[in-house]
Amino acid sequence: MGGDSRYIPHTDEDCQAMLKTIGLNRVEDLFEFIPQQFRLKDPLRLPGPLSEPDLLRSFQTFKSPKMSGFLGAGAYHHFIPSVVRALVSRSEFYTAYTPYQPEISQGTLQAIFEYQTLICQLTGMEVSNASMYDGASSLAEAVLMAERVSRRRKVLLSEAIHPEYRRVIQTYLDPKLHEVATIPYERERGRTDGKAFLNLLDQDVSAVVLQSPNFFGVIEDLQAFSDRVHEAGGLMITAFSEAIAYGLLNPPGTLGADIVAGEGQSLGIPVSYGGPYLGVFATLERHVRAMPGRLVGETVDLEGRRGFVLTLATREQHIRRERATSNICTNEGLCALMATVFLSCLGKEGLREMALMNLSKAEYAKTRVSAIRHCRVAFSAPTFNEFVVEIEGDPGKTLTAMREEQILGGLALNRFDPHLRHHLLVTFTEMVTKEEIDHWAEALDRALT
Amino acid sequence: MGKIKDTGLTQDEHLIFECGSRGRKGYSLPRWDVEKVHANTVIPPQLLRDGVEGFPELSEVDVVRHFTRLSQWNYGIDSGFYPLGSCTMKYNPKVNEEVATMQAFSNLHPYTPEGVAQHALKVMYDLQGFLAEITGMDAVSLQPAAGAHGELTGIMMIKACLQDRGEKRKKILVPDSAHGTNCSTSTIASYQMVGLRSNERGVISPEQVATLMDEEVAGIMVTNPNTLGLFEEHLAEIVEIVHRKGGFVYCDGANLNALLGIIKLGDMGVDVVHINLHKTFSTPHGGGGPGAGPVAVKEALAPYLPIPVIEKKGDRYSLNSDRPQSIGKVRAFYGNFGVALRAYAYILTMGAGGLKRATEMAVLNANYLMKQLKDHYYLPFDRPCMHECVFSDRFQEKYHVSTLDIAKRLIDYGFHPPTIYFPLVVRGALMMEPTETESKESLDQFINAMIQIAREAEENPDLLRKAPQRVKVRRLDEVQAARKPKLRWTAPRPE
Repeated sequence: MGGDSRYIPHTDEDCQAMLKTIGLNRVEDLFEFIPQQFRLKDPLRLPGPLSEPDLLRSFQTFKSPKMSGFLGAGAYHHFIPSVVRALVSRSEFYTAYTPYQPEISQGTLQAIFEYQTLICQLTGMEVSNASMYDGASSLAEAVLMAERVSRRRKVLLSEAIHPEYRRVIQTYLDPKLHEVATIPYERERGRTDGKAFLNLLDQDVSAVVLQSPNFFGVIEDLQAFSDRVHEAGGLMITAFSEAIAYGLLNPPGTLGADIVAGEGQSLGIPVSYGGPYLGVFATLERHVRAMPGRLVGETVDLEGRRGFVLTLATREQHIRRERATSNICTNEGLCALMATVFLSCLGKEGLREMALMNLSKAEYAKTRVSAIRHCRVAFSAPTFNEFVVEIEGDPGKTLTAMREEQILGGLALNRFDPHLRHHLLVTFTEMVTKEEIDHWAEALDRALT
Repeated sequence: MGKIKDTGLTQDEHLIFECGSRGRKGYSLPRWDVEKVHANTVIPPQLLRDGVEGFPELSEVDVVRHFTRLSQWNYGIDSGFYPLGSCTMKYNPKVNEEVATMQAFSNLHPYTPEGVAQHALKVMYDLQGFLAEITGMDAVSLQPAAGAHGELTGIMMIKACLQDRGEKRKKILVPDSAHGTNCSTSTIASYQMVGLRSNERGVISPEQVATLMDEEVAGIMVTNPNTLGLFEEHLAEIVEIVHRKGGFVYCDGANLNALLGIIKLGDMGVDVVHINLHKTFSTPHGGGGPGAGPVAVKEALAPYLPIPVIEKKGDRYSLNSDRPQSIGKVRAFYGNFGVALRAYAYILTMGAGGLKRATEMAVLNANYLMKQLKDHYYLPFDRPCMHECVFSDRFQEKYHVSTLDIAKRLIDYGFHPPTIYFPLVVRGALMMEPTETESKESLDQFINAMIQIAREAEENPDLLRKAPQRVKVRRLDEVQAARKPKLRWTAPRPE
């Protein structure tokens, strides 16, 4: 049973010859030293085995209904050029391990070096690592790093940061050892409240953390916060969940950020029910030795040719063990490669054009919203490609009604914040057409009347 | 025109920032069907940028050639034998890639209402069940994104459970043969790591655990089989000692490929184990991820699993976040779903019999390799191994040849080197894990190369010291890379 797997090449003769070399008679003898009482008598209770055609047939029953979607909130439907999948499907890339042997890993290493450069250019920062797990865990590591740099243990988190990211930070920070304070957002504008921030800011603050565009899609005034936190001797951490915004927006590096941590899924990675995604992590040169994660650096070989290696590994778990800056080992290398190919295709002009198209679709949608009775754009501050709609009605019922018209109408925010019990977060990327936006607006109107 | 070097087809490729030409395009976007907004009419100009300085400008063909060339400088499992110890570099089935890229999954937004995402929830629920059955545990979360992330999740659950019991324990026992991630995980979880020494048989001795185990110790992190490829023969006894003092046993499941269908870690009393889907369950390593590190726990720790957990009532699957004792979330959404899909397809393909056969052949391959090489390389623990074996350079030292030289010379023979200088308990370690997907012929070729290298070390050691030679770049100056870090490309200054 199971001996005919096409992934296992051993014939009976191979097994016999190998066992004979070892000096054993039967395959079971290989496990002699395992205490008998623990040896399984019965096979595992698992389905299969399935042949390749049967496996594929079993998946064909999984159909997802065709719906137009206006969901974002940390995962975005963007166009992914065919080139991205074609190139990352080269198995020289995806079947390789972490590039510990640089002489036969220059492909991966050079691509990561290019990725690090693209991220620095996009965020305006000086150093990017090779990737983290996702935006949320990357941000949690940024908070830990700020504590190492500042030697302080109090962090101020904007309430307008993605709630799941804040939840991850909470998990990473032991409340007995760290203090976390939340800066509320302005209920009218949807931006982090600057006055409340100043009230919370003191000489114990290791960092203030803002997301821009924030969870409500609102663009934050990062400079105002970074100036003040620097005066207090703390660090500025900025997060993002929508990287495409930085095709248009001034990057955090020029607005005083010390660490930028965010989600790179928008850069050529499918939404794939939440993962795998790409944790972006960038900082300033002076903090590089406190940074988590892998780094690729440029050097030369014995003959003076340019080449790339993993470097500054003395920060990492396999060298520094219990004194490492992080426990991260395997990261999201192939997703970083997707982002590299994606950004290479889009280039300077393409990313800007894509960002502008997102902004334009969202602005068009706002004009449609303002024409509907019983709902309004909730916050007045400028947004990028998503915004919050306040409705007169129950968001659950509204969304259910829209779903009957094959529309995923948005995300109800009451699951995260009781203040937002009549609010929907809606997202408009370049992938939705004007017609679909019109249809969405009409369906929303019908659902509310 | 500059002088062209005769480097062959693929040997000379610039950085992407040095390719292309101003105004060249490699993208295509949907047609404009709404009015193009002037950004500065809706966003204050001080918040806007002109464009990303330094970004490349390339045609699609430029991009394709660039990355195709880069790929040709890489070595993957599809290129050949990859005996990287502790990494389980088994073949990555192609059909799994096909499944993971099906639109029904890849286009599914994580906030899709549960009613419309039943197919994805079913895959996750079933996979959790498979992993619980394989490990002999009670409950599973797929949320952690990698092995080290699973470790952290597991240790946080132990900590939360102890806190609920009103216990303030401060220490964790970690053996000297452990992966570095075990040590750093205990620190990040704010525990003080206490080291355990492997005994003369390369395993943990229960006596030492008994001496160190007290009411200050939250638990122990063990790897079974351990990083020497040896079965922790006293594990059951160690579990009892730790449990008797109220501690928990964490098992690093990186080496689960040695145990499928042979034993269940849960039966041995382990409380929590993480599983590397990108090792045991054939999902690709991707040049350093994405992986996935699900955690499996016993009943006592189940309330602490990350939220949300997937539940099934009748035929309906749902996500439940209403779990007051949960540690919370360790990442956004539900885990590396695309990786979980591949592992799910692999388990269905293999079935129980196929998985057991995989373990048997992995262990057969490792023992065969060990037997064939032990006259030529020093074997510090000369007894049957499981899925991997560890040699060292002790025989070669007298020729002033090191583990690094041996590894680099293997590249000249067309093989990926084993893991080197790990585990730390063996000086100059060469850690080899062949996996079940290698045939006897490929093992024999590797064995021949290793034997020839041992002979070269004796007769012509320079061949090893100067290796590798048949590669795109030769040994790289890592000291310079670390001393003056150059971590990104910068535009040359205009002359």
